[in-house]
Amino acid sequence: MLMTDERKAELTLPADDQILVTREFDAHRHLVYKAWTTPELVARWWTARRGTAKEMQIDLRVGGNWRYVMETHSGQEVAFHGVYREIVPDERLVTTEVYEGAPLPPEQLEANATINTVTFAERGGRTLVTMLTECPSHEVREMIVASGMEDGLQDALDLLEGVAQELEG
Amino acid sequence: MPTTADAFNAVAEPRRREILDLLAAGERPVNDLVETTGMGQPQVSKHLRVLREVGAVRSREQGRRRLYRLDPEALRPIFEWVSPYQRLWEERFEQLDDVLAEMKEEEGDADDR
Repeated sequence: MLMTDERKAELTLPADDQILVTREFDAHRHLVYKAWTTPELVARWWTARRGTAKEMQIDLRVGGNWRYVMETHSGQEVAFHGVYREIVPDERLVTTEVYEGAPLPPEQLEANATINTVTFAERGGRTLVTMLTECPSHEVREMIVASGMEDGLQDALDLLEGVAQELEG
Repeated sequence: MPTTADAFNAVAEPRRREILDLLAAGERPVNDLVETTGMGQPQVSKHLRVLREVGAVRSREQGRRRLYRLDPEALRPIFEWVSPYQRLWEERFEQLDDVLAEMKEEEGDADDR
């Protein structure tokens, strides 16, 4: 029986410049990998019902570029891009990721890329996806975790970030 | 759990977050909190009571003083709940569940047990 909890993404903060997200899927890993690396399929889930996919570029080879662009319901364009650094089909992807809307001077955008490692592990017909995001600094990590946060909750998050390491420890 | 006694309510009040912030830095007696926050003692005690009810703050006697400290475990649900980044990925994954269900069907519903 599938428990709802197993379907819940788990977010932890293993270091003050890292974010780790894990989630189990009810499908073989070759399907999950395919859904993760095929533009038409990524377009169907990456937008998270927050808008429409405008561009899903995937050049799946080491050194190849990727770029995802969506338009939110409020008409705002949100774009991310990066480069594939390591590709082990059905198993592991390492990419860089830059949020093009980050409040940074353009020349600093690339230097503030995160390094994302996604692994797909087979678990008896199911797949455990592990996403590690390594940020260039604690500040960038904070920005990512808090992005889109309402003001009232921001304070709570600031406080809780402070105790997060105790929680994870 | 009644809504007045959960962790979310406990941190909804800015002055209580201030107290939690101070206690995150280390164990303190009430006087200390009164001095640092500039609140009156009854007010601080009231906030501490709410925080203790939800388990976010624990206390112990030391001589004639009572020392208060943070128990971050009680705040875990908020930490897990408030990250919009996590919510974003939850929603992506829910969509991905649907995509995968369709892909499985197309594959001829292979036996994956």
